[in-house]
Amino acid sequence: MEQKALYDYLLLLGDNPTILGQRLGELCGHGPELETDIALTNISLDLFGQVRNYFQYAAEVIGNGATEDSVAMLRHEHEYKNALLVEQPNRDFAYVICRQFLFDIFHQLLLNELMSSKNERISAIAHKSVKEVDYHVDFSSTWMKRLGDGTEESNQRLTEAMGFLWRYSMELFKPTETETLMAEMGVGPDLSELKPIYMERVNTTLQASKLVMPEKTTYQYGGKTGRHTEYMGYILAEFQYMQRAYPNMKW
Amino acid sequence: MNKDWPIWEIFIRSKNGLDHRHAGSLHAADAEMAIQNARDVYTRRQEGVSVWVVESKHITASNPEKSGELFEPAKDKVYRHPTFYNLPDELKHM
Amino acid sequence: MENKSINLEKEFQARIDRGENIEAKDWMPEKYRKTHIRQISQHAHSEVVGMLPEGNWISRAPSLRRKVALLAKVQDEAGHGLYLYSAAETLGISRDELVEQLLEGTAKYSSIFNYPTLTWADMGAVGWLVDGAAIINQVMLTKTSYGPYARAMVRICKEESFHQRQGYEIMLALANGTDAQKQMAQDALNRFWWPSLMMFGPRDEDSPNTEQSMKWKIKKKTNDELRQQFVDQTVPQADILGLTIPDPDLKWNDENGGYDFGEIDWDEFWDVVKGNGPCNRKRMEDRNNAWDNGAWVREAALAHARKQAEQKISKTA
Repeated sequence: MEQKALYDYLLLLGDNPTILGQRLGELCGHGPELETDIALTNISLDLFGQVRNYFQYAAEVIGNGATEDSVAMLRHEHEYKNALLVEQPNRDFAYVICRQFLFDIFHQLLLNELMSSKNERISAIAHKSVKEVDYHVDFSSTWMKRLGDGTEESNQRLTEAMGFLWRYSMELFKPTETETLMAEMGVGPDLSELKPIYMERVNTTLQASKLVMPEKTTYQYGGKTGRHTEYMGYILAEFQYMQRAYPNMKW
Repeated sequence: MNKDWPIWEIFIRSKNGLDHRHAGSLHAADAEMAIQNARDVYTRRQEGVSVWVVESKHITASNPEKSGELFEPAKDKVYRHPTFYNLPDELKHM
Repeated sequence: MENKSINLEKEFQARIDRGENIEAKDWMPEKYRKTHIRQISQHAHSEVVGMLPEGNWISRAPSLRRKVALLAKVQDEAGHGLYLYSAAETLGISRDELVEQLLEGTAKYSSIFNYPTLTWADMGAVGWLVDGAAIINQVMLTKTSYGPYARAMVRICKEESFHQRQGYEIMLALANGTDAQKQMAQDALNRFWWPSLMMFGPRDEDSPNTEQSMKWKIKKKTNDELRQQFVDQTVPQADILGLTIPDPDLKWNDENGGYDFGEIDWDEFWDVVKGNGPCNRKRMEDRNNAWDNGAWVREAALAHARKQAEQKISKTA
C-alpha cells in the first residue's frame, strides 16, 4: 500500500515537469528571438531531466518491468496527475512566461522543502533540481518585469495572461490524499503552508511588473486527481504517439 | 528606430584561476538579459564559471592599418625575453 | 588611385595565400565582403530553418532519452544560427536586416530543409545524412580565410560532433528492431538520400562561383569532390545498418578508389532551390509567424531596457 502511495506521489512530482516540458518543447524554433528559443529549450531540458529521475525511481517502485518511458507515456489521461496550469497552451509569449512564472515560484518552494524529505531518493533529486529551478525563477521573473514594464501592448497581454492563468494557481496548493499522507510521513511538505509565501512572492513580482493581482477568481481544480482540461488529450496524443502506434519496441 | 536588440560581446572564464576569454557575441535588450543569454548560449556544456558582458559599441579597437606602428616595434626588443641573457649552464634556480 | 586599390587587392590576396586570417576591420574587397555576408547568412538561415523539420518531432519523440537528445540538438542549431549571424554582423549588417532578407525570400537557405520529416526514422536520417553532409562542408570551413567565420565554424564543429552520432544511433536502433522499424528506416533513407547528395550544390561545371571561392579559401574542395567524399564515407555506414542505398548505379570503382553513383535529378534540385519544394512555403510561413508574433516581445524588452537606463541616469543625477 505504501508503495502505491509513493508511486502516486512520484507521479504527482513528475507529471508537472513532464507536461510543462512538453509544452515548452512545442515552442522550439518558434520563439521571438533565437536567444529566447535557446533559453526556453534549456528549461524544457531541465524539466525532462527531473522527470527522468522521478520516473526511473517510480519504475523501480512499481516493478513489473516498468521503465521511465512506460511510466511517462503508457498511462491513460485520467491517470496523469499534473496540475491544470501546466497543460495550458502557448497562446502567446505572455502566456508562456506567466505560466512559467506561476509554476516556477511554486516549484522552487516545493523543491526547497523536498530537499529535507525523509525519502533519500526524493531528497537527492530535489537537491539536484533546485539549482535549475532557481534559474527558472530568475528567468521568468525578469521576463515578467520586462513584459509588464515594457510597452502598453506587452503590459496588456501579460495582464490578460495573468487574468486567465491565475485561476489555475491554487490547485498547486490543494493537497490530494496522497500528498496529505506524504506530508504526515515526512516525505513531502504540507502544501497549504507554502501558500502564504507563494502569494507574497507572486505579489512582489507583480508589483515590480506593474500588474495587479486578479480579483474575484473562481479557482479551477482537477488535474491532480486526473480530471483535466480538453487540451490534455491532444498533448498526450503527441506525447504518446510512438509508444501507442508501435507498442513494445526499442527506440 | 532600430528594433534590433543591441549586440553584446561575451567573455567567459572557464574555471577559477584563468582569465576571462572572448567567447562570442549575442543580442540582448539589457545587461541582465545579456548575462542570462550568455549563460544559456555559451555555457551549455559547462564551459564557464563566470561571465562578463559588454555592449559591443563600448569596445574601442585598435586600427588594423596602424598594426605596423603599434606592434612591430616590439619585435626586435629581444632583451625583454629571458633567452637574451647568456648564463652558464651549471647555474640553477634562475 | 586605381593603382592603390589594385595594390590593396594584391596584398589582400597575398595575405590569404600566406594562410593569414582576414579580420572584421581589415581592408577587404567589396566583393569579398558581400560574398561573405551572403554565404554566412545563408548558413545561419539554414541552421534556423533547419530547426523546423526536427522540431516537428520533439513532442512525439518515442522515449524520454530520445526527446532530450533531440531537444538539445535542435537547441544547438539555434545556437549555431546565432554564432553565424554574429559572424555576419561583423561585416556591417544587422541581424534584423539578415532576417528580413530570409523572410522576404531574397536570401536562400539549404534546400534540404524543404523536405518533410514524416516519421521518427527521419530524425535518424537527418542526423546521419544531413548532418553528415553538413559536417564535411563545415570542417572545411574551419580553415576559411575570414576569421570570425572560421572561429564560429570551429565552435560549431565541436558542438556538432554529437549530432551525427545521435542520428546514426537512432538508425541503429531501428535497424536492430522489428520489421516495422526496419521498414521505417529504409523509407527514411530512400527519401533523404538524394536530397542529401544535392546539399553539395550543382555540378562543378554549373558552379560559376567555385573558382573565386577557392581563391579566398571559402572552399578548399569543389562540390563534386565533397559529394564524392560523402558517398564514399556513407555507403559503408549504410552497410552496417543493413540498409540499401536507393541507387541502382551505385558500385565500387577500383580504379578511382571510390564509389560510382547515379545521376542526381537536377530538375528537382532547381525546383526546390527556386522555392517549389514540398515544404518551402510551410517553412517560410513558420519563420514569418515566429518573427511577427515575437515583434511585440522584442519591442517590450527594448522599452523596458530604456526605462531602466533612464531611471539609472535620473538616480545618479
